[in-house]
Amino acid sequence: MSFEMILPKEKYDVAIVGSGAGGGMAAKVLSEAGLSVAVLEAGGFYDPMQEEFRTQLRWPWESPRRGANTVRPFGDFDAAWGGWEIEGEPYLRNPGTSFDWFRSRMLGGRTNHWGRISLRFGPKDFKRKSIDGLGEDWPIGYEDVKPYYDRVDKLVGVFGTNEGLEDDPDGYFLPPPKPRLHELYIKRAAEGVGVPVIPSRLSVLTRRVNDERGACFYCNQCNRACNVYADFSSGTCLVQPAMKRGNVDLFTNAMVREVMTDSNGLATGVVYINTKNLQEHRIQARVVVLGASACETARLLLNSKSAAHPDGLANGSGVVGRYLHDSTGSDRMAILPALFNRERYNEDGVGGMHVYTPWWLDNNRMDFPRGYHLEYWGGMSMPLYGTGFGMDSMRQHISDQFGNPSPNGGYGAGLKRDIRTLYGSTVGISGRGECIARYDNYCEIDPNVVDKYGIPVLRFNYTWSEHELKQAQHMHETFEEILTAMGGILVGEKPGADREYGLHAPGRIIHEVGTTRMGDDPSTSVLNQYAQAHECKNLFVVDAGSFVSQADKNPTWTIMALSWRTSDYIVEQMSQGNL
Amino acid sequence: MDRREHLKLLLAGGVGAGLFLASGCSEEDRRQSEEILRASDLSYGRADYEMEHDKRLLSETFFTEAELEMVKVLADIIIPADDESGSATDVGVHDFIEFMMKDSPPFQLVTRGGLMWLNNQCNTRFGKPFLDCSESERLELIDLIAYPDRAAPDMLYGVRFFNRMRDLVATGFFTSRMGVDYLGYQGNRPGFWDGVPAEVLRNHGLEYDQKTLDESIKEEDRYRIAEWDDNMNPI
Repeated sequence: MSFEMILPKEKYDVAIVGSGAGGGMAAKVLSEAGLSVAVLEAGGFYDPMQEEFRTQLRWPWESPRRGANTVRPFGDFDAAWGGWEIEGEPYLRNPGTSFDWFRSRMLGGRTNHWGRISLRFGPKDFKRKSIDGLGEDWPIGYEDVKPYYDRVDKLVGVFGTNEGLEDDPDGYFLPPPKPRLHELYIKRAAEGVGVPVIPSRLSVLTRRVNDERGACFYCNQCNRACNVYADFSSGTCLVQPAMKRGNVDLFTNAMVREVMTDSNGLATGVVYINTKNLQEHRIQARVVVLGASACETARLLLNSKSAAHPDGLANGSGVVGRYLHDSTGSDRMAILPALFNRERYNEDGVGGMHVYTPWWLDNNRMDFPRGYHLEYWGGMSMPLYGTGFGMDSMRQHISDQFGNPSPNGGYGAGLKRDIRTLYGSTVGISGRGECIARYDNYCEIDPNVVDKYGIPVLRFNYTWSEHELKQAQHMHETFEEILTAMGGILVGEKPGADREYGLHAPGRIIHEVGTTRMGDDPSTSVLNQYAQAHECKNLFVVDAGSFVSQADKNPTWTIMALSWRTSDYIVEQMSQGNL
Repeated sequence: MDRREHLKLLLAGGVGAGLFLASGCSEEDRRQSEEILRASDLSYGRADYEMEHDKRLLSETFFTEAELEMVKVLADIIIPADDESGSATDVGVHDFIEFMMKDSPPFQLVTRGGLMWLNNQCNTRFGKPFLDCSESERLELIDLIAYPDRAAPDMLYGVRFFNRMRDLVATGFFTSRMGVDYLGYQGNRPGFWDGVPAEVLRNHGLEYDQKTLDESIKEEDRYRIAEWDDNMNPI
């Protein structure tokens, strides 16, 4: 299949930039409403059902690097093309600040390899300023988004359970898989110290949701993208089905460099560069929808200057690129001696955790304002590059049948046996929390540097505040409490203030949001509540740029719900002749 | 289904292999398609630039013959054959390490330097390089660097080198087919996860509570298109 040779229509109803969660959903909804849609994707065509792309069900020895991450940042079998650094597409950081930017250049973007954790924002998540005075409230509430979350649940599929939790709302869930052994240990220990553990919520099909997608066959490899479409990715579940039904032209290897506007400042389409032959092309459209990812969309707007938009498109407020925020993240690991020499059986399960902990404490009693959730990992997963590492420090925890501890390091048949003893006995916890959106965390256009397509690149400026640092400190108290309660031997030291309590660099959790935030006041926001630009009525944003705050939830489900809501609004406005 | 039908489904790309795996075919169908999946030699899902990169690395040689010989000796000291399985070199761990030197260039200097450090030590102690030493001479030196907690401070270079070599040899072995079998990994095949086996649960003094049993997916429901009642519960 080649989608590069498409002859573009003279004019489309809608041009969508980006084929990830937001762009994919917009393509589906808008095309099904009868509109003609062009989707522009900077990367290549990708479909995990086709043998040439398949990394699923591969064995470690099929990779000469045994799955190491020297080429693909999350390992050789991971589905994502691209990564933290892309050749010829640099970005910069201001001195004393940090931000790592993960980009995936392919149909479906980063939805091909994500963790499939699919959490609704709750009522409080839209109104945090009203609760703690920090950041800003959204111009909409949970009740505005709920109908769309419901539709996304049913269309895309997510397993989980209805627990009646106020800020982790119920949904249309598929039945969850049973916990694995280490997850039962975690559940017992965590609940013993007052930390609730419930079935996780992942967009993996434990039951089928339609005739086009299979059911999960439990290989634990969702990050490799699923051959039967039993997990969600935008290419397989949104863009390709929309193309089959018609009205959608997909342009791959199409790097959009500018949104075109007319003398009135209205969008007329986009200019893109074919990354294969470096020729420039134009797509004319009545409406332009940006779903390029929060930072790429901000970059595109800032690079789209005109007489009507001298500071960049829709940027009269100066807010484009501002309020950039990623989830906080920190982790800890332990060895669980109760699992030494454990019984062997296939416990692959789904690709990710079967249980998790939503935020469970009251911030009024904390010294930090926002919550975090806990993700759990462990088990007898496929041996890959890294299996058998670290025996110079971990071997001491293993004893022989007479109770004599092994020495650290060593060699020989005893070492070989001890690695087998240790296999499947490590467990870990990751905290993922909410960062407060701040004006001072931003991306902007660097005045000196262009990428290989001649497009000015981004420069980032991001620091953690004491809110995030205190939250991470608290995470580590929780990690130790749970891991110790289950009889685990903690690995490594608890990170202190000197290591920012183990916080990953901003961007590392790949939940960046907020760069084109929505609001009722055009002087402090870029978009209105329908993600329509205040200053350009036929321009919309359907990626996480529109987020006012990010909650301690993974953003994908909210991206799709909001994209659907925006798409409905576009259809309605077009039918009323307003666009 | 015959083999041709399997292959047609697998390779046509129109219908994915797993879709029919996951849509209720027989155990025999499943086993056959797994075999066909494994036997296919169509790379392993590489993009063009990745295939070129790997080909280039494989065409280059890093270790000298003597270095590679030392790596092989060290590899079989670290992971020897025993009565349950073969050794590191039996599964080509030295080739894997050769590849990793090129794949991850920071390995190069520390590994080459570490091998030379080993030779220097042998020359000083025994008057000959590592490969010319007897097995007991080699082990005499290895014992000085293999145990980080009791190694002398001036052996630290060797300790660091041997730690890295232990990591690479172990991971090379345990990610080979023989190593995966030795570890007893049972997965990477289509199936249904129905929870921890009852006997294992008993051994660990754990059980599934009734709520978990009630709400979890049942194997017979997996191909039924999902529906919900008015209270958002699956039916």
